[in-house]
Amino acid sequence: MKTVLPASPRPVAASQAVWLWFAVPGVTLFCAFWLLPMVRLVGVGASGPQGAMAYLAVLTNRHYAASLFSTLALSAVVTLATLAISVLVGLFLQRNRFAGQSVLLAMLTFPLAFPGVVVGFMVIMLAGRQGIIGAVSNWLVGESVVFAYSLSGLFLGYLYFSIPRVILTVVAAAEKLDPSLEEAARSLGARPWQVLLHVVLPALLPALMSSGAICFATSVGAFGTAFTLATNIDVLPMTIYNEFTGYANFATAASLSIVLGVITWAVLALARSLTGSGVAAAA
Amino acid sequence: MQNRFRFYVQLAFTLLVCAFLVVPVLLSMLAGVTENFFVGISSGLTLRWVGQVWEMYQPTIWRSLVIALACLVVTLVAGVPLAYMLARYRGGNSRLARLIEELLMMPVAVPGLATALALIMAYGTWRDFRASIFFILVGHVIFTLPFMVRPVLAVMQSSQLAQLEEAAASLGAGRMQRFFGIVIPNAASGILAGALMVVTLSVGEFNITWMLHTPLTQTLPVGLADAYASMRLEVGSAYTLIFFFMIIPLLIGMQWATQASRKKVRL
Repeated sequence: MKTVLPASPRPVAASQAVWLWFAVPGVTLFCAFWLLPMVRLVGVGASGPQGAMAYLAVLTNRHYAASLFSTLALSAVVTLATLAISVLVGLFLQRNRFAGQSVLLAMLTFPLAFPGVVVGFMVIMLAGRQGIIGAVSNWLVGESVVFAYSLSGLFLGYLYFSIPRVILTVVAAAEKLDPSLEEAARSLGARPWQVLLHVVLPALLPALMSSGAICFATSVGAFGTAFTLATNIDVLPMTIYNEFTGYANFATAASLSIVLGVITWAVLALARSLTGSGVAAAA
Repeated sequence: MQNRFRFYVQLAFTLLVCAFLVVPVLLSMLAGVTENFFVGISSGLTLRWVGQVWEMYQPTIWRSLVIALACLVVTLVAGVPLAYMLARYRGGNSRLARLIEELLMMPVAVPGLATALALIMAYGTWRDFRASIFFILVGHVIFTLPFMVRPVLAVMQSSQLAQLEEAAASLGAGRMQRFFGIVIPNAASGILAGALMVVTLSVGEFNITWMLHTPLTQTLPVGLADAYASMRLEVGSAYTLIFFFMIIPLLIGMQWATQASRKKVRL
């Protein structure tokens, strides 16, 4: 940073150490209330009758494996659907100027900070017993369609909280695209879908990967939405919750939640190393 | 001609997505003030349900606000100096700083359920602590701390803190004087963005809180889950309405703050 006189290395080291004091309150809180409890949780996970093998139970036990599989499959489908929807909407909003456009964008990003329970309730409003989809289908075909309290309701809920977040990222990334590349492609005779596939999407790829990873990790770990819709939906967070409160099976709950945590952390870390940028995890 | 057509197809799709997000919000707001939602608006509008929620769940609202403000104070006191260290230690480019940043994000990357279980396993036997709102506060602080540190750090990295501080030091300002006189005013926009985020997240936090709460320490989202499960739809809606009124000003403030600080740095 500055040229250091060779005669005085010690004061420099001391002045660097002073910065560390500023980190003490935050780091202490973090270690006391997250790091050490997590280490403890890893230990509890291995303290059951099966010992450390409990960490493999998520694969060997048919029930846990099924619930892990449905969690991952649901999250993957949600992520792909969210990315597709958000690219279409985000590009449209970024490319066109029309009256009410900023209002639309504000409305699309408004549910960003809704907690999972509220998102669950929104799904009930849409597809629940007194929901609008049921009312409309009842009016159209005389039979009310109700699917909020199942895996499809959960799908709708995860879409609901993922779309605002990914749209924001797509709009921000699309602002930075170089329009001359698309013009070049068009002047060479590329069809609109070819421009999208070969020019726009590759340029958006880092943003899509990082926001997709966040979307996937959030869906894997989401608890509030499933909790509101139905406690018998078979996704891993609900399984953990039921093991803990229903059967007081602490070791299993601990090992399953460690596995869940490792999965979400690994997905985010992978996306970050692939895109080389900071992937901020989501709320 | 074809372009117009494509525009309207895309507009229709965008409006459809928008409706998917907004219609349930409007419906639940309406349901909260409708006498009988199953019958419809024709049953009349009423504030009865809002009143009932206010009677039953008022303590959860105050408790959530108290926890959110306490959480804000703790994340300010712990997070701003931490961001300062991350920005300045060895010129802001050390392995230690990156490790701390990485670790701080872990409670956000890992599901709240796991964090909550870990806290219960580690401190659940301390009865008084377990039964107090401090137990929930601790969970909220751990979860929201990175949302304070990141925007503050981003602003600190983009403003020329080292030079400014050097100038102040050459004029005789001590370290604390520099911290409060130079560092904090320069990071104000990041602190504001972080503060709004922390309060919003704390007020709405459910995944951690549900495991940490006791019947005597229910927060607003916990009360919401309770109302959704055991009360009629109108009561749940009225409660949600109150929640919306609490977070909408925060959300508007947040959009405004990010737009203001976006001109300086990309968060």
